[in-house]
Amino acid sequence: MFYAILRRFGQMLFVMFGISVIVFLIFFATPGADPAARIAGRNASPEVLAAVRHSFGFDQPLYVQYTRMMEKIFVTGDLTSFVNRGWKVVPAVMDSIPVTLSLVFGAAVLWVVVSIIIGVVAAATRDSWLDKLLMALGLLGISMPVYWLGEVMNLITQSRYHDSWAFSWVPPLGYKNFSDDPKGWFLTLVIPWITLAILYIGIYGRVLRAAIIESMQEDYIRTARAKGLSETRILFRHALRTSLIAFVTLFGLDFGALVGGSALLTEVVFGLHGIGKLTYDALQNLDLPMIMATVMYASMFVVIANAVVDFVYILLDPRLRAS
Amino acid sequence: MILSVRDLKVSFRTHDGPVRAIDGVSFDLEESEILGVVGESGSGKTVSLLAVMGLITDPNATIEGSIRYKGRELVGLSRRELRRLRGNEIAMIFQDPMTALTPVYTIGWQIAEQIRAHRGVSKAKAMARVEQLLAEVNFPNPHEAMSRYPHQLSGGMRQRAVIAMALSCDPALLVADEPTTALDVTVQAGILDLVRKLRAKHKSAVVFITHDMGVVSELADRVMVMYAGRVVERGTRTELFSDPRHPYTRALLGSIPPLTGQKPRRLPAIPGSPPSLLRLPQGCAFGPRCPVRYEPCETGKPGLGSDAHAAACFRVAQA
Repeated sequence: MFYAILRRFGQMLFVMFGISVIVFLIFFATPGADPAARIAGRNASPEVLAAVRHSFGFDQPLYVQYTRMMEKIFVTGDLTSFVNRGWKVVPAVMDSIPVTLSLVFGAAVLWVVVSIIIGVVAAATRDSWLDKLLMALGLLGISMPVYWLGEVMNLITQSRYHDSWAFSWVPPLGYKNFSDDPKGWFLTLVIPWITLAILYIGIYGRVLRAAIIESMQEDYIRTARAKGLSETRILFRHALRTSLIAFVTLFGLDFGALVGGSALLTEVVFGLHGIGKLTYDALQNLDLPMIMATVMYASMFVVIANAVVDFVYILLDPRLRAS
Repeated sequence: MILSVRDLKVSFRTHDGPVRAIDGVSFDLEESEILGVVGESGSGKTVSLLAVMGLITDPNATIEGSIRYKGRELVGLSRRELRRLRGNEIAMIFQDPMTALTPVYTIGWQIAEQIRAHRGVSKAKAMARVEQLLAEVNFPNPHEAMSRYPHQLSGGMRQRAVIAMALSCDPALLVADEPTTALDVTVQAGILDLVRKLRAKHKSAVVFITHDMGVVSELADRVMVMYAGRVVERGTRTELFSDPRHPYTRALLGSIPPLTGQKPRRLPAIPGSPPSLLRLPQGCAFGPRCPVRYEPCETGKPGLGSDAHAAACFRVAQA
């Protein structure tokens, strides 16, 4: 077991190393994409270019540049932005992490709980009006783009009906630190959580319903009925348990991606300065150190999420334990 | 009398119209008797016993007739009442032990689950009983086997576990649906032996569904042969094997290759194939394949009659 975890950890490091090299090469070694030219600005004289090149270390061999950058990200932590040389990249990422984590964790709890309820209820009442209603709502949730839904939410809760009793508690957009103001943290995030979760509730509810209905056709469900178990017990102990594998797979991928920056649209709509926003701005300005740092952070989360998914697989399915 | 089935009819609504899978099946089962039910795939042997178990969950199915268990009518019984009987007084062993157990729980857990569903015993007590049951079905190391998952056991061992599960509440009636079909021949013999031994010990009546005449000749007290949703012949094992009356039974017995004497050049087979239940012939369902058919077979469906050894055939009635 210990050996397996160690090996898995080694794989994770290797994947991250691969990603960092590829991203580095894309931005620093693509022919025609001279970072010095971008920093020096338009119409820079060859002397200025050479000076910039020297001052940023672009005249060094690539492997030296790469090693230096990794050292500055992971060891000294003093990598500075190309856009503003006084702006340290690593602290900027660290400041954005709690924002994104708060957003994604809360939404994930919401979507997991609600979609399991919806999936189970829909599967149990298969083909009834309730099942049809839930699945139609799920489809509706999937069909609404998050930037549109977010804006509509803002329109309702921030302006149009903000003064009504229902939404007067909604604070202005922005993020409050949990440690400073737990209540404010919670209240500012409620609407973003719901907005982000609605899409996933639709997807996960439908996936889980299909998986449960499929398991209910299995031979072992007939055995469970022959044992004289109640339908509720069959549904929860025998069908749901084996259906969660597809659910967990999906969750690992989505959660890792969201924490890694895919929650960008939600962050922008609700004025949350998270990783998504940071990455987006860095890409807009082609701020290479910032891109490097955010990509490393994102890949770390995707890799960790995948490792956790694999671990949960083993918990869920004993057949995977031997190998 | 443990079980008395009268004029059981099961039909399914399908896209191509209604299908009558079981058309008027009647049989009785005495205490600790083994009844062999023989027939080809689609002859209705499994469906008729799923109906007895109340396990036909298809909403498009309709069940008519009477199924009396110890004098109690099962058709139309509430799901709750049926559940109390299932696994407790009436247990079932399924065909494929590879898929009959939930893959994510241990053998011990799954057997204990059934015990605890019907008996208000503690977990520890249930587990002690599981160990005893596994020993009874010849697990070499019952205590260790309890913590095994289904995928860690061989097919024969899984079937033993399924049998242990079926016996866990001392059922008065055990329905075995081709329990040896998916197993190797050597393992088969062990399982048959086990069924016989357990019948003696637990005094359960057994309905043994199979398409293997050899299994029937070894195990059954009485035999019922089914064809296209109907019983075509019934009788004791000796009657059926020494004096088969229905042409279908004769053809089935005739298609078993002889072990001694001269080897036949070709294995004898029944010409044609079983009719589709959607397009049954007007008269006797076996008619189109029957070597001795004559005019009455084209129009009427022969009845079984009330004799202990009876065949549903006009030729037999005529003789």
